[in-house]
Amino acid sequence: MSSTTGETKVISLYQSQKKIYAKSVRGRFANWRVAMVLFTQALFYGLAWLPWNGRQAVLFDLTARKFYIFEWVFWPQDVLYLTFILIVSAYALFFVTAIAGRVFCGYACPQTVYTEIFMWIEEKFEGDRAARIKLDDAPMSANKLWRKGRKHFFWILIALWTGFTFVGYFTPIHTLGHEVLTASTGPWETFWIVFYGFATWGNAGFMREQVCKYMCPYARFQSVMFDRDTMIVTYDEARGEPRGGRKKSADPVALKLGSCVDCSLCVQVCPTGIDIREGLQYECIGCSACIDVCDTVMDKMAYPRGLIRYSTENAIEKHWDFAAIRKHMLRPRIIIYFAVLVMLVAGLVGSLALRNPLKVNVIRDKGVLAREIEGKYIENIYMLNVMNTAEKAQRFTVSVDGLDDIRVDRGSRIEADPASTAASVLAIRIPVEVAEKAKSGSHTIFLTVKSETDAGISVREKAAFLIPR
Amino acid sequence: MNDLLSSGWSWYVAIATVISLLACVWILRANSVKKVSSDKPELHGKNEWDGLREYDNPLPRWWSNLFYITIVFSFGYLVLYPGLIVVPGLLGWSTSTLYADEVKQVKAETDPIFDAYMKQDVKTVSVDKGALQIGARLFQTYCTQCHGTDMRGSKGFPNLVDNDWLYPGTPEGIKTTLLEGRNGMMPAFAEVLKADQITDTAQYVLSLSGRSTAAPAAARGEATFKQICSACHGPEGKGNVALGAPNLTDNIWLYGGSLATIVETLNIGRQGKMPAQKDLLGESRVHLLAAYVYAQSQEQAQGGSK
Repeated sequence: MSSTTGETKVISLYQSQKKIYAKSVRGRFANWRVAMVLFTQALFYGLAWLPWNGRQAVLFDLTARKFYIFEWVFWPQDVLYLTFILIVSAYALFFVTAIAGRVFCGYACPQTVYTEIFMWIEEKFEGDRAARIKLDDAPMSANKLWRKGRKHFFWILIALWTGFTFVGYFTPIHTLGHEVLTASTGPWETFWIVFYGFATWGNAGFMREQVCKYMCPYARFQSVMFDRDTMIVTYDEARGEPRGGRKKSADPVALKLGSCVDCSLCVQVCPTGIDIREGLQYECIGCSACIDVCDTVMDKMAYPRGLIRYSTENAIEKHWDFAAIRKHMLRPRIIIYFAVLVMLVAGLVGSLALRNPLKVNVIRDKGVLAREIEGKYIENIYMLNVMNTAEKAQRFTVSVDGLDDIRVDRGSRIEADPASTAASVLAIRIPVEVAEKAKSGSHTIFLTVKSETDAGISVREKAAFLIPR
Repeated sequence: MNDLLSSGWSWYVAIATVISLLACVWILRANSVKKVSSDKPELHGKNEWDGLREYDNPLPRWWSNLFYITIVFSFGYLVLYPGLIVVPGLLGWSTSTLYADEVKQVKAETDPIFDAYMKQDVKTVSVDKGALQIGARLFQTYCTQCHGTDMRGSKGFPNLVDNDWLYPGTPEGIKTTLLEGRNGMMPAFAEVLKADQITDTAQYVLSLSGRSTAAPAAARGEATFKQICSACHGPEGKGNVALGAPNLTDNIWLYGGSLATIVETLNIGRQGKMPAQKDLLGESRVHLLAAYVYAQSQEQAQGGSK
């Protein structure tokens, strides 16, 4: 329909986002979220302090290019494991999303976790929803300054602690702590602590749902992993409508009303500011605050819980019970996701278990192609680099095969410190008679570098031996 | 500043950059408002498909604010750094000063180490473990291309660990070799001697290390040797480090010890060249390298034949 002859006006295409005052809620799912917050933060803040093998258990030493994760020391050459880990993480996320929707967003995402922590602090100093709205509307006063000042103080404290912990995974956190206490942190450490702290304070204190709505890539593509059997936060429209207030003692059927009393609490608790009664929307992060608060209202009204609940599109339409939902969880998509995930995890675990802590590089001397030892031998020179990624010192023996009577003349033993490289010069000789019988030019030979103490640690490396004309 | 392009191009870049930044500001402002009919401002345009119309929801203001911040940052950056080429930045930064600063920083770290070693003579340095580690790394970087990773050279490039020296093998002698370089000058005798004289002389030379294959030829060659060769190589062929004339009795051959190779040496001469390292490496590094090479040659002399 075309517009009528109304006047035209100029409007802005940008709009300041209105601040969302989410009412706090208690309930089953809120308890789950608190448990996840405690678990993830205990892990994040605590793991940095854990010692292992005389050093930090989890440390990404960028300058030395060694990445310590408990027993393993990963070198840049091991970046394939990182790829593997990322693929497994992504796949696990897709698997969970296909089953239960955006549960990652609502319970485990760092943005949600830190927003929850900051909202909890905000409520402690600024009061509940109504009090916060009133405080923000009021003009500046000593009381407002005092309340907001204390809130920001604790926000900044936690933000800086978060930044400190984050940097503590790259610089040993004990050293970093000492540097912070003596105000002697390096310029880059200071920058990253402040930067990460500022990001935490800004994202959890102010941006909040803006991250979910506009910045997050997962938010954009998560819905393509949904199908009609994915569990989502749903308002049971058939049961709830028509909505309307009524006395507790009244009979809703007689009043021709559904279960929804139109208290609008589900809207007040929503951290992204949507009305779930209009159906699942893009902004919904699946935090189930609306489920919890509606359940409390249902309890007060002595109605059954679950007017807003986790359900599936099929279940709502066809009125299925939970047993039917669970049966449909085991559908081909889920089974295939799960099978692929199991294979990937098995591959990752297997390759880690079978990882060879020895890496070897053989570099032919390019200046001296081949050398004749007066009438007796032909000699080639190599530089042998061994990378001992294990955290104990190793001694290796080097042997060679590939040509008759070929042997290592110098450099047949090499020692390496824990988690470091060692280089040595290797001289390989063949008798002149063998050289005369063989073709001149390049011959493929094989070097075997073997640990003297650990029988399993050995590498067989190809090299080229030159016989001059 | 750019040496390759004329200043006209620099002005072009500077003007284009400023105009682009201003254009960004204009684009932002021009696209931050629109005219709509007042009865349904949230709808976009007049198009309709089967009763469906398109919405135009407002974007968060912090998006355009962030964009403005980046433009402000760009102008600030161009004031401080020479991004506009024709105006040097206020901070006076340039890649050449960056390089000079890095060199200065490295020198500040390494000079104390080198100066300490320079105060000691080469022989003292040659037993210092730290100095030998530095020397080993210097050798691997600068010397292995000719002398080999294992320091044993190849045809035409001396073996540095056999303690057999063409020029003085004292610590100071090695340092002089590195600083000034050396020019081996074995004259060519193809025009001076007849072919059979050359072969006889070669046989005599072989006999000096007990490898002659024809005693009569060697006996004939002795006269030629004593007349011509002993001037540089000494009457007994023991060589002369002052001249760089090799010791012919030790069966260590720079170019090969077969009869054919010795005949070739006599015919065409040899012009071995060790490049001078004074300007490339500087005296401090040469000092450490000399100590390293000396130490390796002594170790081989004491520790065994290989």
